[in-house]
Amino acid sequence: MNAFQWLYSDVVKEHFVNPRNVFDPEEKFESDAEGVVGNIKCGDQMMFLLKIENDIIQDVRWKTYGCASAIASTSMLSESVKGMDIRKAYGIKPTDIADKLGGLPENKIHCSVLGDKALRAAIDQYLEKQGRKGEFKGEDAVVICTCLNITDKDIEEAVKAGAHNWQKLQEATKIGTVCGGCKTKAEELLHEFVHIYS
Amino acid sequence: MSKTFVYMDYNATTPLRSEVKDRMVEALDVYANASSMHESGRRARAEIEEARASVARLIGAKDGSGLFFTSGGSESNNTVFMTMYQLGRKNPARRKIITTAIEHPCVMNAAAYLAEEGFPVVYLPVDSYGRVDMDTLEKELSPDTLLVSVMAANNEIGTIEDIKTITRMAKKVKAFMHSDATQAVGKIPLSVEDLGLDYLTLSCHKIYGPKGIGALYVRPGSPIQPLIRGGHQENGVRAGTYNNLGIIGFGKAAELALADLPDFGKKLTSLRSRLKEGLMAKIPHVRVNGHPEAVLPNTLNLSFPGAEGEAILLSLDLEGIQVSTGSACASGSLEPSHVLLATGLGPELAHGSIRFSLGRNSTEADVDYVIEKMPPIIQRLRRMSTVNPLLGQE
Ligand SMILES: Cc1ncc(COP(=O)(O)O)c(C=O)c1O
Ligand code: FES
Repeated sequence: MNAFQWLYSDVVKEHFVNPRNVFDPEEKFESDAEGVVGNIKCGDQMMFLLKIENDIIQDVRWKTYGCASAIASTSMLSESVKGMDIRKAYGIKPTDIADKLGGLPENKIHCSVLGDKALRAAIDQYLEKQGRKGEFKGEDAVVICTCLNITDKDIEEAVKAGAHNWQKLQEATKIGTVCGGCKTKAEELLHEFVHIYS
Repeated sequence: MSKTFVYMDYNATTPLRSEVKDRMVEALDVYANASSMHESGRRARAEIEEARASVARLIGAKDGSGLFFTSGGSESNNTVFMTMYQLGRKNPARRKIITTAIEHPCVMNAAAYLAEEGFPVVYLPVDSYGRVDMDTLEKELSPDTLLVSVMAANNEIGTIEDIKTITRMAKKVKAFMHSDATQAVGKIPLSVEDLGLDYLTLSCHKIYGPKGIGALYVRPGSPIQPLIRGGHQENGVRAGTYNNLGIIGFGKAAELALADLPDFGKKLTSLRSRLKEGLMAKIPHVRVNGHPEAVLPNTLNLSFPGAEGEAILLSLDLEGIQVSTGSACASGSLEPSHVLLATGLGPELAHGSIRFSLGRNSTEADVDYVIEKMPPIIQRLRRMSTVNPLLGQE
C-alpha cells in the first residue's frame, strides 16, 4: 500500500470530488420516474430520477446521503446508464459499478453501492406507470438456495415485504430448510437488504 | 507551495515530543536487562524506577509502588477485568460488574467477555451530555457488586465523569473502583489519592510519548493478578523483560505533561472555543456533542446533519485536515458510534459527527484554516444529500 495514495482508487476520488449528474433543484429537471432506497439509520440513502423515452434512459439525476464511495458509485452509475436500454440498466450489479470505479473495499460494495437498487426502483416505477408492472422481474436473478430454487431477487422481495430477520425470511420463503448449505450466503444478503429497505 | 497539514486527531494518538525523542535516543543505549543484578542491570533498573516515580507523580500517586508498566491502555484495562474474573469465579456471591455504555472498546469487550462467562454486567446509561446516570448507579450498586469501572473522560465526546462521587458511592458497597483515564491524563489535573481509586489506566501515546507502553495504577492492598505470566518483573504483575526504551520515554513524557498541565488547559480551552464558535458562526444546523463544561479542553465533537461523516472526513483529508468520525461508514460496521447513540443522538446525527481533537502543537492558524475549509464542504455535501436540514426535512 502506498501511503501517499488516497483511501480509494483515483476514479473514486475523481467522482467524489466532481460528481456527475447531481440533482440541482434550480435546474427544474423533469423526470419520468423516481426511485428512493436506503436508510438514514444505516448512513446511506439514495434517490434516482430518470428521463426515459422509448425504453431508453435519456437523462439522469441523483442525490445521496452517504459516504465517499456512495457518492462516487452513484455518480459513476449515472454516467454509465445514459443512453442505455432500461432492460439492460435493470441488470446492473454493484460489482459492475465497483469494477468501473477501479475497485472498492469489499465491505463498501454492499453497503455503499445503493445506486443500482435506486435505479431499479425508478425503472419499476416507470414500468408500473406504463401498465407493464413486473416485466423485468426475475431477470438476472442468481439462485442462492439450490435445493428450493430461491434467488437473490426472491430474498429481496421477501425483505421488502417485511421479512427482516432470518426466522421471518424462512417463514416467507422456506429458504435453507433442506440442506441448509445456503444459510451463510442467504444471511449475508438478508443483512444487506435489511440495511437497504428497512 | 507546500500542502497545509493540520493534525486534529490527538485523541487517536499524539506525535512524539522532541524532548521525549531525545531522551529515548539516549535510552537506546540502555540495553541491559533491568532484572540483572550486575552494574549495567542495576543502572537500567534505576532509570526505570525514576520513570515509574515520574508517572506516579503525574497521576498523584504517593510513590511508584502501585504503578505497573504494561503495553498500553488496552492491556491495563484487560488486566483489571481479568483480575475480577478470577475473583468472581472464586466467590460467585460477589461478581457483579458495573460499567458504562460509553467505554472504549477494550473495556466494552472485556466486560462482554465476563458477561459471556456468566457474570452479571451492567452498562450504565448516560445523559445527553454523556454523563453517567447516578440514579441508575445508585440502584445497581449492591453487596454483590465486585467492580465499578467508569472512564475518567470519554475519547469521542470529551465528557468528563464525576469519578470522585462515583468512587464514594462504589465504596459504600465495598466494590472495587477502576477508571480508564487514558484520555484524561495529561489533559486535566487528576489524582488517584484524591479520587480514591483502586485502579487507574493510562497510556503513554496519548501524552506525546511512544506507543506500546502504558501503565496500570493499583492501590496498595487492592487485588491484582497478571494477565501475562512469566518472570518476576513488575512484582509478578506483568511478566516480560523490561521495555527500557518505552518506559524511559514514558517517564520523560509524564514529567513534561505534569509541568505543562496548567498551560495546556488554558491554551486548548481557548483554541477549542475559537474552533467551535468559528464553525458555528459559519455553518447552520450544527450540534455540539458532549458536555458544555465538564469536557476535555482539547476535544470538540460536532454533528452536521445532512452530511455523512466519512464523506466529511475524506473531504477534509483532501484539504490536509485530519479528524475522525463516529459514522459507521468509516468504521466498517453498520452501526455508528456507540457513544453518540448512548447520548440519545439519532443515527443520522451520529453518522454526521466529526471529532476534532487538538493538541499542544495546535495553533490559531490551524483552527482558522479549518474554519475556512469546513463550510463549503458541508454545503456541498448537504446540497447533494437526500437529507437536507435546511429544507426542514427529517
Ligand atoms: C479511553 C481509551 N481507553 C483505552 C485506549 C487504548 O489505549 P492503547 O491504545 O494504549 O491500548 C484508548 C485509546 O484509543 C482510549 O481512548
Ligand atoms: S441450498 Fe438452501 S436448503 Fe439447501
